[in-house]
Amino acid sequence: MKYVIAIIKPHRLEEVMQELDNAEIYLRTVTEVLGCGRQKGVTEVYRGVKEVGNLLRKVKLEIAVNDNFLEPTINAIIKGAGEGEIGDGKIFVLDLKECIRIRTGERGGEAIG
Amino acid sequence: MEKINFADLTWVMIATALVMIMTPTLAFFYGGLVRKKNVLSVLMQCMVILCVISIQWILFGYSLAFGPDKGGIIGGLEWLGLNGVGMAPHETYMNTVPHQLFMAFQMMFAVITPALILGAFVERIKFSGFIFFIILWTTLVYDPLAHWVWAKDGWLNSLGALDFAGGTVIHLNAGISALIFVLLIGKRHGIEHPRSPHNLPFAVLGAGFLWFGWFGFNAGSAGAANTVAVSAFINTNTAAAAAGLTWMVLDRIVNKVPTMLGVITGLVAGLVAVTPASGFVTPLAAMAIGTLAGFFCFLFVAKIKGLFGYDDSLDVFGVHGIGGLVGALATGLFATKTVNAAGNDGLFYGNPHQLWVQFLTVIVAIAFSAIMTFILFKIVDAIIGLRVEIKDEHMGLDLTQQHETAYTLYD
Repeated sequence: MKYVIAIIKPHRLEEVMQELDNAEIYLRTVTEVLGCGRQKGVTEVYRGVKEVGNLLRKVKLEIAVNDNFLEPTINAIIKGAGEGEIGDGKIFVLDLKECIRIRTGERGGEAIG
Repeated sequence: MEKINFADLTWVMIATALVMIMTPTLAFFYGGLVRKKNVLSVLMQCMVILCVISIQWILFGYSLAFGPDKGGIIGGLEWLGLNGVGMAPHETYMNTVPHQLFMAFQMMFAVITPALILGAFVERIKFSGFIFFIILWTTLVYDPLAHWVWAKDGWLNSLGALDFAGGTVIHLNAGISALIFVLLIGKRHGIEHPRSPHNLPFAVLGAGFLWFGWFGFNAGSAGAANTVAVSAFINTNTAAAAAGLTWMVLDRIVNKVPTMLGVITGLVAGLVAVTPASGFVTPLAAMAIGTLAGFFCFLFVAKIKGLFGYDDSLDVFGVHGIGGLVGALATGLFATKTVNAAGNDGLFYGNPHQLWVQFLTVIVAIAFSAIMTFILFKIVDAIIGLRVEIKDEHMGLDLTQQHETAYTLYD
C-alpha cells in the first residue's frame, strides 16, 4: 500500500478529480494549504496572491492506494494538474503500513478500496 | 412655480439614500451566492456601476430619460450636465421637491437596474467588456424605456400604463436582458455539480437590507410624504412576507425541506412583483401579488430553468423577469383608485382596459429589451470581448481580473 501526497494549483483541482474518477480512484482527502517551492513563489506572483511571506495558495491531495493503483494515480494527477509551468506542484509517495476501515474493522488492502 | 414642501423633500431625500444602499446591498446578496474565488468581482462590479452610472446620469442619462420629449421616444439633450435642472420643482416630476432631488432619486434607479443584470453572468464576465456593456445598456436601453414609461409625454405613459416604482422599466427589463445575455455568453465551466453559495449569511444580509432599501424604492416613488407613500410602504412589506412564506412552503413540499436560500429568494421575488403595484393596491392585494410571485418565480427557478438548461447563474430572469411580469400584470388586476386617485382601476374594479394596457407595455418592454441587449452584446463582444479565458474562469475572476483575493487562509 502507498500513501500519495500531491501539492497542486488550486484551479487544477477539478481536472485532477475528474482524472482520478476516470481512473476509478475514488478515495481522496483535500486540504487548502499555503506553500512555496524552489522559486520561493516569486515567478507565480502574477497569478497568485502571497499570503504569508512568499507562500502561495495550493491544494493538498492525499490518496491511499494499493500498489497496483499507484501508477494510475500518479498519471491521473500529472494529467490533471500539469500545465507545463513553474508551480505545477509535486507528488510524494510514501509506504503505507496499515489501513483500517472504522465501520467494519477490516484491515489492509481490503479497507482501502 | 410650485412651492417646495419640506416634509416631502426630507422623505424623498431619505428614500434616495435608501435606494442608493440597495446597490452595495445587492453586491452582498449576489456576492454571497457565488463561489469564493469570484466574490470580489461581484462586489467590484456593483460598486463600479454605482460610480459609472452616477456620472452618466448627471452628464446625459437624466436628460435622455426625462429631458424635453422628442416624439414620445426619447428625452432631448437640453438637460445635459443638469443644465436647467435646478432647485425649483419641476411642474410634473415630484412637483413639491427640488428638481435636482427628483433627478437624484431617479439616478439610484438607473444605478441598480444594470446591477441587477450582473447576477446572470457572474463568474465568467470580462471586466473591461462589462463596463462598456453597462454604459451602452444604460444609455440605449434603460434611458429610453424609462422615458417611455415615466416621462410626462413618454408614449407608454400616454397610453395609461401603470408602473409605480419600476416593475417594467427596472425588473422586467433587467430580467429579460439577463436572459438574452446568458443565452449569448453561455454556461459557466465547472458547474456540472451544483455548488453551494460560498457565504449564505452574506446573501441573507443582502436580502434583509434589500427589503429595507425597498421602502425607499417603493414608498419614495410616491414623491411626497403622503398617504400613497404609506400604502406603498405597507404593500412592500406585505408582499415580501407573503412571497418569502410561499417559497418556504413550496420548498417544503417539493424539496422536502424549507431553506434559507429559498426564503430570501422568495422575499426578493415578492419585492419585485409588488414594485409596479405598490402605490395602487390594497394590502390584501399585495399579499395576493406576493403569493403569486412566490409561486411563479419558484416554478421558473426550480423547474423550468432546469428544462431549458441555460445558466442564469443567480436567477435574474427567474426572479426579476418573472416577478416583474407578474407584478406588471397584477397591477392591471388589483389597481384601485381608492388607494391612489392618480392611478386607475384594474380588472377587479371594473376596468379590463387597464389589464390590456399593462399587457401591451410588458410586450413592448420585452421586445425592446431583448433586441437591444442582443445587439449590444454582439457589438461589445466583437470589439472588446465579454467572456474571460477558460483558465481565468477556473482560477476565479478575483485573481485574474483584479489580482486580489477575498479571504486569506491563515492569520
